[in-house]
Amino acid sequence: MSTQPQITIEQLPDKPIVLRLSGAWNIYEKLPSSEEFQKHLEKHTGIQRILFHTENLTAWNSSLLIFLTNIIDICTQNNVSVEKEGLPEGVQRLLDLAAAVPERKGARREKSRIPFLEQIANQSIDAWRSLIDMLNFIGEASAAFLRLLSGKARFRYSDLFRIIQETGAEALPIVSLISILVGIILAFVAAIQLRMFGAQIYVADIVGIGIVRVMGAIMTGIIMAGRTGAAFAAQLGTMQTNEEIDALKTLGISPMEFLVMPRVIALVLMMPLLCLYADFMGMLGGMTVGVVMLDLNPMEYYNETKAAVGLTNLWIGLFHSAVFGVLVSLSGCLRGLQCGRSAQDVGKAATSAVVTGIVGIIVATAIITFACEVLGI
Amino acid sequence: MTAQPQIEVRSLDMAYGSFVLMHDLNFTVNKGEIFIIMGGSGCGKSTLMKIMIGLKEPAKGQVLYSGEDFWVADVAGREHMMRRFGILYQSGALWSSMTLAENIALPLEQYTALSPRQIREIVSLKLSLVGLAGFEDYYPSEISGGMRKRAGLARAMALDPDILFFDEPSAGLDPVSARLLDDLIIQLRDSLGATVVVVTHELASIFAIGDNAVFLDPETKTMTARGNPLELLEESGDRKVRAFLTRGEEVW
Repeated sequence: MSTQPQITIEQLPDKPIVLRLSGAWNIYEKLPSSEEFQKHLEKHTGIQRILFHTENLTAWNSSLLIFLTNIIDICTQNNVSVEKEGLPEGVQRLLDLAAAVPERKGARREKSRIPFLEQIANQSIDAWRSLIDMLNFIGEASAAFLRLLSGKARFRYSDLFRIIQETGAEALPIVSLISILVGIILAFVAAIQLRMFGAQIYVADIVGIGIVRVMGAIMTGIIMAGRTGAAFAAQLGTMQTNEEIDALKTLGISPMEFLVMPRVIALVLMMPLLCLYADFMGMLGGMTVGVVMLDLNPMEYYNETKAAVGLTNLWIGLFHSAVFGVLVSLSGCLRGLQCGRSAQDVGKAATSAVVTGIVGIIVATAIITFACEVLGI
Repeated sequence: MTAQPQIEVRSLDMAYGSFVLMHDLNFTVNKGEIFIIMGGSGCGKSTLMKIMIGLKEPAKGQVLYSGEDFWVADVAGREHMMRRFGILYQSGALWSSMTLAENIALPLEQYTALSPRQIREIVSLKLSLVGLAGFEDYYPSEISGGMRKRAGLARAMALDPDILFFDEPSAGLDPVSARLLDDLIIQLRDSLGATVVVVTHELASIFAIGDNAVFLDPETKTMTARGNPLELLEESGDRKVRAFLTRGEEVW
C-alpha cells in the first residue's frame, strides 16, 4: 500500500461526497491540493454534505489539518455541510480547538501603504520629538551635574573607578593602533607632495599640527564612540530590558545620578588623557615614515615638531577631546535609557549611540574650528 | 494499552565542573504521557531538561529516545533526534526581531519543502490552536506575557514534534491564563498523542496535568519520589515530598 498522502473523491447517488483520505500525511512530503475538490464541487451542483473515510490513513499531522481546513472553508463558501465523524478523533479535536477561539476583532493588521508625504511628516515629527528628548536629557544631566558639585548626587565611587578603568586603560591598545596608523597615513600623504619641492622636513609640521590640534582628538573620539558609547548604550539598554532601571527609580535613586554621571565623568576625565596618548603615538607614526622613507634624522624631526606644535594647538586638541567625551558618553547613556524592552531594541540603542556620537563629534569639530578661526587661534 | 517507553533516563549525573548537582537519576517517560519534573527552586530541574534536550552534556549516564542514546549519537543523529522535540522556554524565547508568523515559519522554512502558501496556512493553524488567530503580524514585544507563552507553544509545535518540553510554562502567568495553558497542554497531548515533559514547581499545574512525576531533592542530590502526583500526595512517605506537595502544610 502506498504511503504517499492521497485523496479520492466519490460522488454518491443521493448527492453527498465521500472524501477518502489515505497514506501517511506529514509536512515533509508533497501534499495533495484542495483544488481538485473545489473543481468537483463546481462541476456537480446541489451537493449538500461531505463525508470522510479514513480507513487507509496511516499517519497524520498538521499537513492533514491544513488540507481539511481548506476543504471546510470551501464547503462553507458553497453551503455544503461537513460531517467530521469519519475523521480520526484527534483530528476532530484539533479542528474544534482551532475554531474554539475565534479571531479577535481588529487583531489582524491590514497591510496599508503610507503615502509619501505622510511618511515625511511622520519622520519630521519623530525627529522633532527626538530633539526635544535630547534637550530634556541634556537638561537633566546638567541638573544632576550641579547636584554632584553640591555633593548631593548619589552614585558609587567604586562604579566610577571601574568605568574609568574600562574607558581609559583598557582602551589603550586600540587607541595605539589607530593613532600610529593615522600618523603614518598623514605622513605618507604629506611626504608625496612635499618631496616634490624638497621640503620633506615639513612633514613633521603637518603631522604634528594635524594630529595635536584636531586629528588625535577626532580619532580618539570616534574610537570611543564605537567602543565605549556603544557599550554604555548596551549596558543601560539591557538594564532597561531587565527592569533594573525601574528598580532604581522606585528606590528613589535617580538613574541620571547613579548611572549617567559616573559614565560622563569617567569619559570626560579619560578622553583628554587618551587624546594626549593618541597625539604621542600619532607623531611617533609620522616620525617612523620621516626616518624610514624620507631619510630624516630623528633629532631633526623632533626639533621641527617641537618648533611647529605650540601649546595653543595642544590646548585646542585637549578641549576638543573633553567636548567629545561629553558627547559620546551622553549619547551612549541617552540611547541606553531610551531603549525598549527587547533584544532588538538593545541592538538599535547601541547602533544609534554610535551614530549620534560620531555625528556629534563632527558637528562639534566644525563649530570649534569655526570659533578658533573667528578668535584667531 | 501497554505503556511504551519513549524517553529513558539512566544513571544520570548532572554537574557544573566539580560541583555535582544531582546523581543517579533513573526514570522512564512513556509515549503520550505528561511527565512532570518537580522540585524546589535551584534543585536542578531546568538543568535536567537542558541535558534531555541536548543543550548540556551530562557528567555521566544516558538519555535514550526510543532506545537510542542521545549523547552517544553523532552530530547528525542528535540533530535528527532534536528535530523530534518541541520546546517552550520559560520566557517564550520568541525571536524579538521577527513577527509571530515569522517565528513559527522559520523551522518550517528550514526543514520542510512546503510552499510559502502552505507554510502560511500551517502558521495560521498553529496560531489558531493556541488561540492567537489573527496575530500573525505582531512582534513579541507587542503582546502580553501569556500570549508570548502561547505563541512560543505554537512555535514549539511547528514541526509536529513527538515530544514537547515545557520549562515552567505557568511561571509569570495569572491563575486563569495558567489554567488555560494547562488545558491547552492536555488538549494537544490528547489530540496529537505527543509526549509532554514539564519542568515546574506550580502545584496546581502538577496536579491538573501530570500523569507521572519525579521529585528532585537538593539535599540528597537525587530523585526521591516517582509516580502519579495525586498518588504521591496520598501515599508518599517521604517528608520532603509531602511538604512540597502540601505547600509546606505538612512540615519537614
